Amino acid sequence: MNTKTPFIRLAKRENIAKPKMWLIRLAAFALAILIGMIIYAAVGADPGKAFSLIFFSPFTSKIGRRQILRNITTLLGTGLALAPCFKMKYWNIGAEGQITMGAMACSFFALKFADRMLSPVLLIVMALSAMVFGALWAGIPAFFKAHWNTNETLFTLMLNYIAIGIVAWLQGGPWEGVPGSQIIPMFSKNAVLPKLLGVHIGWIVIFILVFLMFIYLKFTKHGYEIAVLGESENTARYAGMNVRKITIRTVMLSGAICGLVGYFLAAGANGTLNSSIAGGVGFTAITVAWLSQLNPFAMVAVSLLIVVLEKGAGSVYTTLGVPSTASEVITGIILFCMLGCEFFINYRLIFRNRKEEKADEL
Amino acid sequence: MNFNILGFISAAVVAGIPILFGTSGEILTEKSGHLNLGVEGLMYMGGAFGLIGTYMYQQSAGESAMPWLAVVIALLVAFLFGAMGSLIYSFLTVSLRVNQNVTGLALTIFGTGLGKFACELMRVKEGGQIFIQNYLRTAFSGPIFPKAMQDIPVLGKLLFSYNVFVYLGLAMALAMHLFISKTRKGLYLQAVGENPATADAAGINVVRYKYLATVIGGGISAMGGVVYVMTTAGTVWSPHTLDGKGWISVALVIFCLWSPAKAIWGSFLFGALNLLFLWLPSRYIPTQIYQIVPYIVTVLVLILVSIRQRREDQPPAALGLPYFREER
Repeated sequence: MNTKTPFIRLAKRENIAKPKMWLIRLAAFALAILIGMIIYAAVGADPGKAFSLIFFSPFTSKIGRRQILRNITTLLGTGLALAPCFKMKYWNIGAEGQITMGAMACSFFALKFADRMLSPVLLIVMALSAMVFGALWAGIPAFFKAHWNTNETLFTLMLNYIAIGIVAWLQGGPWEGVPGSQIIPMFSKNAVLPKLLGVHIGWIVIFILVFLMFIYLKFTKHGYEIAVLGESENTARYAGMNVRKITIRTVMLSGAICGLVGYFLAAGANGTLNSSIAGGVGFTAITVAWLSQLNPFAMVAVSLLIVVLEKGAGSVYTTLGVPSTASEVITGIILFCMLGCEFFINYRLIFRNRKEEKADEL
Repeated sequence: MNFNILGFISAAVVAGIPILFGTSGEILTEKSGHLNLGVEGLMYMGGAFGLIGTYMYQQSAGESAMPWLAVVIALLVAFLFGAMGSLIYSFLTVSLRVNQNVTGLALTIFGTGLGKFACELMRVKEGGQIFIQNYLRTAFSGPIFPKAMQDIPVLGKLLFSYNVFVYLGLAMALAMHLFISKTRKGLYLQAVGENPATADAAGINVVRYKYLATVIGGGISAMGGVVYVMTTAGTVWSPHTLDGKGWISVALVIFCLWSPAKAIWGSFLFGALNLLFLWLPSRYIPTQIYQIVPYIVTVLVLILVSIRQRREDQPPAALGLPYFREER
């Protein structure tokens, strides 16, 4: 047997000081930005200029600020929707599809009933239908998970593409505007959300939802049940909780919020429906929720960061000519660094040559 | 109606091969208990850098470029980038214990971004979309067997009319099938994916198996990207070329119940479903509905497998679960 101590050993940290925790996170973020700068430098752009463009240019114009608020509404809303699912350790990868289905449901009313209903009534009907459809679409895999333990990660993933396919069909067929255009016509004014500060009012709803979700997860019976179920299904069962009911209820709540986000996209941001309406936000939101450790307030900051990066990389393209897809690369690198740094918060490394006391100080 | 069944089958085979690569790589990964949702990103990286690598070889060698070497370069570069991407994934999930789903999705964001970024950059630098010249292109998408063999009635079309990747893909999937189910190392790998704690207690180096399976698997998946770009997409890059190819590969892993041998038939079937709207246009079934059939079929398989609970059909028992030695 090998009796030598390994070169690196791990020890779990029990209580890490808050400043040290934030220092580790800050270092990880700085590392990510540094790698991003190296990439910009490698393609021949001034890295300092590129990053000052990324972080400041989105805020300098009114249009920029509006776009940021609008995009945050979508990303933050979806992140909030996913929080209860993830807390329950139910891997809902299907936000993309649930958003699309919500948008589809409300578009049905927007297209068919616009001239038969008063605007406020229509908008409420649209919101409700979007939430119901989002919830039902999310409920399908939850039902199978609850009864037969069907793998929800893979199931929800497949449902995304089915939802997108259905909308693609509507777009090219029954709901097509001008024949052959493959485009659904813009909603009539009745069916478009009013604006506040230049952005559809959905953003207020989502910011209220931040508080509601915080309270729901932290202080309600439902939130407690979700937490217990997430920690251990058996514990939940022994405590007499109805695991099936909690699973389906939580997932449908998540789907309903995703549906609502779809409604804001269709009736607010876009004013119409198309098959790529979710545009990958369902996937990005998963990383937002996880990076925030499911804390709704942290999600505000994380989604702001990602939205600014996305927008800022666009200005880098127009000014310095570096393709805007750089934002996805940098987002990926930031995600890698931030995800990885949690390890160093939870564990400390002990090197063979160092004395144990010394390592304790580390 | 004249429906050319032979032509349809051979087109389906060609269309299915990129997915076969993507799926086989993901099967190897999942056998180690790791669900890598980064396949979409890996295939983007493989497709983009495989194309760029081949293009650079073409530009530097000019007319004297050797076709077979171009094929090797394309596959090798794709493999290396895929392996690099999944090395990040495995470092984060195996060593740093980050959640697999989240890391996989981050890899998808990173990989699709990097692939698009690199090709966009090449387009700006070279003043137009990059593509592979005709004299090299035939090495990628042209049949490899002599004309005489292709002219054999029925069999010629069915067996000898394909490009080089079809035969490579089949060989790779069969080799992987034999490796996983017939060799000692393959069985160890399965043990790691089923129950890492038991495998660890039996003296198997769990960490090494997980690393090797995800890195090699990721490389193979990425080769699927370049195969698609070089054959079906006609050696030209467009930003949406590879959209969804990775996800359909993940779907096929489920459909073929984690078996590379079944994945061969599965990939042909998915390829066929993908083409059906071209070959069997129907006034009653719109194109888009044809295209979601693979996903619907996969969902049905997933449900059936979970209800029937037959042991040999199940996913690796520890799939997606973290393994920390000190917590067992």
